[in-house]
Amino acid sequence: MSQARVTYKPSEEVDFVIVGSGAAGGVLAKELSTNGFHVVVLEQGPYLREKDFTHDESKIFAQHLLTNHPETQPVTFRKSSADVAKKMPAVLYGNCVGGSSVHFTANYWRLHEIDFIEHSKTGDIPGANCADWPITYADLEPYYTKVEWEVGVSGLAGASPFDPPRTKPYPMPPLPVKGCGVVFERAARKLGYHPFPAPMAILSQARPGRSACENCGFCLGFGCEFGAKSSALASVIPMAEKTGRCEIRPNSYVHRIEVDKNGRVAGALYYDVKRVVHLQRAKAVILAANGAETPRLLLLSSSSQFPQGLANSSGYVGKNLMPNSNVVACGVFDEPLNDYKGFAVSRVMHDFYELDPKLGFHGGGGLDARYDFTPIAAALNGLPPDAPKWGADFKKMLRHNFTRTFEVFCHGTSLPVETNGFSLDPDVKDAWGLPALRMTFRDHPNDLKMMTWMKDRALEILDAAGARTKWSTPVVEQEFVVHLLGTCRMGNDPKKSVINADHRAHDVKNLFLCDGSSLVTSGRGQPTMTIQALAYRAADRITALARRGEISA
Amino acid sequence: MHSFQPARREFLQLLSGSAGAAWLAANWPALVSAAEHAHAAAASANPKLEVLTEEQARELDALTSRIIPTDDVAGAHEAGVIYFIDRALKTFAKEDLPSYQKGFPEVLGRTKKLFPGVASFSAATTDQQDKILADLFAESEKGDATRRLNPDAPQSSFVELLRIHTVFGYLVDPDGGGNRDYAGWKAIGRDPAHMFSPPFGVYDRDYPGWQPSPAETEKK
Repeated sequence: MSQARVTYKPSEEVDFVIVGSGAAGGVLAKELSTNGFHVVVLEQGPYLREKDFTHDESKIFAQHLLTNHPETQPVTFRKSSADVAKKMPAVLYGNCVGGSSVHFTANYWRLHEIDFIEHSKTGDIPGANCADWPITYADLEPYYTKVEWEVGVSGLAGASPFDPPRTKPYPMPPLPVKGCGVVFERAARKLGYHPFPAPMAILSQARPGRSACENCGFCLGFGCEFGAKSSALASVIPMAEKTGRCEIRPNSYVHRIEVDKNGRVAGALYYDVKRVVHLQRAKAVILAANGAETPRLLLLSSSSQFPQGLANSSGYVGKNLMPNSNVVACGVFDEPLNDYKGFAVSRVMHDFYELDPKLGFHGGGGLDARYDFTPIAAALNGLPPDAPKWGADFKKMLRHNFTRTFEVFCHGTSLPVETNGFSLDPDVKDAWGLPALRMTFRDHPNDLKMMTWMKDRALEILDAAGARTKWSTPVVEQEFVVHLLGTCRMGNDPKKSVINADHRAHDVKNLFLCDGSSLVTSGRGQPTMTIQALAYRAADRITALARRGEISA
Repeated sequence: MHSFQPARREFLQLLSGSAGAAWLAANWPALVSAAEHAHAAAASANPKLEVLTEEQARELDALTSRIIPTDDVAGAHEAGVIYFIDRALKTFAKEDLPSYQKGFPEVLGRTKKLFPGVASFSAATTDQQDKILADLFAESEKGDATRRLNPDAPQSSFVELLRIHTVFGYLVDPDGGGNRDYAGWKAIGRDPAHMFSPPFGVYDRDYPGWQPSPAETEKK
């Protein structure tokens, strides 16, 4: 039986208004409402549920159900400030209740200890703006565990010798192995590496109201109609609503954070679905809108009190974007793998997580064995670069390769570069007449070098696996990003960070930020696990501050 | 920007995990919107054309049938690709209609240049058709270099546009139009079922279960 949901009037001052209902916003909503606070979550996109998800790609993509709309919310891109930014779909994020966690791959690695202290270990890197985190892995470990158990992550503790310490095993076993996992595992071991079952935010065992994965194959890019993918929508948002103290308010396009004469935030201004403006009043505001929209909102909220943008006395809002470097190698095998079935990733390898700087670059990465081709993608770009593009030979190759191909996906470090990031486009507007998001980005040369090295290792593994044919995508500067990290970084120094270790804005006592923008380093990819662990920790910190009266005072 | 002309890099992103979803979200909505309209026509026993003339449809059928020919399994013809494209040109790919209007005469011109006695592409033998298409694709590839140097130029030739449209019409989910009766999916070995159980393929059949390698402990 469905439960009546609580609703609040915008004029009613709630304890917290949270902007964004994705991986972080969903966790914060659940935790804070569970802790007794009254919470309103404002979400740009619609409130879709499992029944709305389908294997029909047209239903999802034609109606823009899951992601930002390139026409109503245009993005512009340039490589440097010397260039004029051009409209292009350079950024993708979720635009529905649950955010990007609805359509993501669900690869759920923890960061390692090194990720929090890498700057101290490596020192300054020319052209990069590296820093240590104000917290350590040990601070975050209990929250990683909480993510795994509460949200639902499948995996095998201790399977990777490179894993950081953990206090509990995974709550459920890994998903079944796929053909790519078997072939990759055998080849990697032959070369002396240590592959392990992929930790995935996808249920291998059913939970109340949620099915275990049915291996439908429509995972990456799709909402899960079985509730098996552990999106915020499927996991924490129902818990938040069940408290009776949390309202999820969809189709609410926040465009400004209201500030009172004392420099404290008073609520969030948003357009409803009819484009009527409302002010949701709140004692405190938490931005969890993602690493692009959170800085955009702060910049949109500039005022005479905050001329550079809200919470931007450091000038760091929107800077240091780290989208994670990546490259893909593909191999074709003799027998059908049929890896179009099931979730995407089957095996992961972290032997390259901390590479020797003597190789000529810093950082490291992880490899995974996966298959995430749709039939059309396989036909147009899933064949070797020298494959025929049309005709009988094209069809013959497609028929042979589609079921026999898998990818070794290399994910790695992005170094923070101060000139990389998001700002407001001076010319292009969104459908609401607001300045569009402008992305300025050029990979640090270090990251391209590292990806070239990783690509060569991936091809070696495919060789050892017995691939009949193999190739890789080129290592090129990125012009399209989905990991939106580092753009309002946390830190102890208000001059070099936007928020403190409690996720509180240095400049505004009752404003908190928690999403990909909070990260100080990029890890080696797969950031959502860490974003959620940060959100659980932030909720604890914010709860403690509120209970001590340190937010409203 | 042509709604149906993904650049190579965008398709490379399709290979790369979440970026694939990104490309789809950015480029596919209009495509699949039209696919929905096309579905009814494609699924119908007597589909109707809404944009193309009978003559253009005959030429298009001949063209797409050489891009994805019929062999022992269905090709573009059996998948109803021309109906998918017809609806596309009425809806999401309206802006591509001029490319088709210009493209058909180009194909005819190339046909007559290479085979003077042949009245149309559809009237040519399949060998002749393949030679005409090869000639057009070779020219298109030369043009690619020019287009790369000038990003503001149209990003695709007619045959490249046609190739991409044909692949979409052949492989799009049938619920979205095209790929009639899963003809394309069946041809490439994609089981139309919506749920699967392991083992999925040959290599995972006899997998004994994950075991730590002897080297695990020495590494840490």
